[in-house]
Amino acid sequence: MLDFELKIAKFLEQFIEKGAYESVLQGLQNTMLIAVSGLFIGILIGTLIAVVRVLPKYKTLPKILDGFCSFYVGLFRGTPIVVQLLVFYYVVLPLLGFNRVDSVSVAIIVFGMNSGAYISEIMRSGILSVDPGQMEGGRSVGMSYGATMIKIVIPQAIKNILPTLGNEFIALVKETSVVSFVGATDLYKAFRSIGSRTYEYMVPYLVMAAIYIAIVMIITLLIRLMERRLRKSDR
Amino acid sequence: MTDKNENLIVVTDLCKSFGDNSVLKNISTTIRKGEKVVVIGPSGSGKSTFLRCLNCMEDPTSGSIIFGGEDLADPKVDINVHRRKMGMVFQHFNLFANKTVIENIMMAPVYVAKKSIKKQKRDNLLIKLHLKKGEAVPVTSSLADIKAQEKEKALELLRRIGLEEKADAYPSSLSGGQKQRVAIVRSLAMEPDVILFDEPTSALDPEMVGEVLELMKELADQGMTMVVVTHEMGFAREVGTRIVFMDEGRFVEEATPEEFFANPKSERAKEFLSKVL
Repeated sequence: MLDFELKIAKFLEQFIEKGAYESVLQGLQNTMLIAVSGLFIGILIGTLIAVVRVLPKYKTLPKILDGFCSFYVGLFRGTPIVVQLLVFYYVVLPLLGFNRVDSVSVAIIVFGMNSGAYISEIMRSGILSVDPGQMEGGRSVGMSYGATMIKIVIPQAIKNILPTLGNEFIALVKETSVVSFVGATDLYKAFRSIGSRTYEYMVPYLVMAAIYIAIVMIITLLIRLMERRLRKSDR
Repeated sequence: MTDKNENLIVVTDLCKSFGDNSVLKNISTTIRKGEKVVVIGPSGSGKSTFLRCLNCMEDPTSGSIIFGGEDLADPKVDINVHRRKMGMVFQHFNLFANKTVIENIMMAPVYVAKKSIKKQKRDNLLIKLHLKKGEAVPVTSSLADIKAQEKEKALELLRRIGLEEKADAYPSSLSGGQKQRVAIVRSLAMEPDVILFDEPTSALDPEMVGEVLELMKELADQGMTMVVVTHEMGFAREVGTRIVFMDEGRFVEEATPEEFFANPKSERAKEFLSKVL
């Protein structure tokens, strides 16, 4: 049959004795680095876009900004992340005169910009879910639109969208498995190289899947804890 | 500033329309220091819109609102500065849900102090670099000092309404009446010249109306200038110094409470009073 024991033995040999665990750790680190930094940049970009989109549109400047933001969101939601990664790495950067850029940094930027487009819509719905009276309350005591947004509305919006934001983070973690397209070492690349050395892919990919599941379960747990903490103002 | 008859807010030809719907039609009035103006009228008459135009919660379509020497209807005026002197209390309280009771009260004073410290530091830097004329004024108070000071003031305000033990609670754990009383002291924390009340008791359970009106009466007795939109005729009669009866976006009648309730002049006011009293 499959001779599972032999496959496991081969994998363990590569993993431990030949030192492949080092590249797996490296891959794990990169995967998490790209996902976490991507989420962070995404929240920043997403919040900015969301605020522009909910801004009252009496004047010209908000209208222009709004146009730019919908173009941005359309662009990043309209193309697959792999395409964005490739275009950024092989087209945009060389055109701008950067030739040797660390592929992990590129991945962080692209994933950040990509998730910014998605998070902007999540954040917009979050801001709209906050009672308009909260903004009025802040304005009535003499705080500016921006200050009220940052101190009062956005914290409540984030509380409302936390589960959805968690979803986005999980999606981001899994999507990072395409970063080897531009040469970055992530979990997938680390396990693929173990497989290619022994021509045995079954066990490495099984372990890889298990690690992804474990990461996602840990994230789910963390989000639950955070949600419980943020909900304390509801009781 | 202490002249009893000083004009606080002068409204001239105030108009407001939402699209084609004209809600306020050429309203002119003067609110003097210490006055308690009670605005009553049928629903849809524009009472709330009038009140919300006074501090530009709704931007007036035309007309002027002179307050603190500036026209609030002018978009170039920094409305935030004036709103600090013009408190507002809402029907639905609008306490900050993500802040504790004491944070709600401290929020605006700390924000303003923080801003002025920043501005002072920036000015000092510009003066140092000879980009601006004038004498550098050293920043003496730290943010921590200000916070401690404002916290003491906020606690004092809470003590006044007997909610000291709720200082660290979130608004969601308070009753409606407690929320509204906190909202009132939140506006007091900025030491405003006038407070606008937009149907402050309409969202409350009947048994909580009393405690809120009691606090409002207390403020009135202390000489606070108030503009109140309400359906509480008893309060209007007892506390008001002037009743404004509004209908279809106009001031139909203005009179002292005694006069207004005893013999209203307009047919519309008579009809309204016969229904609510």
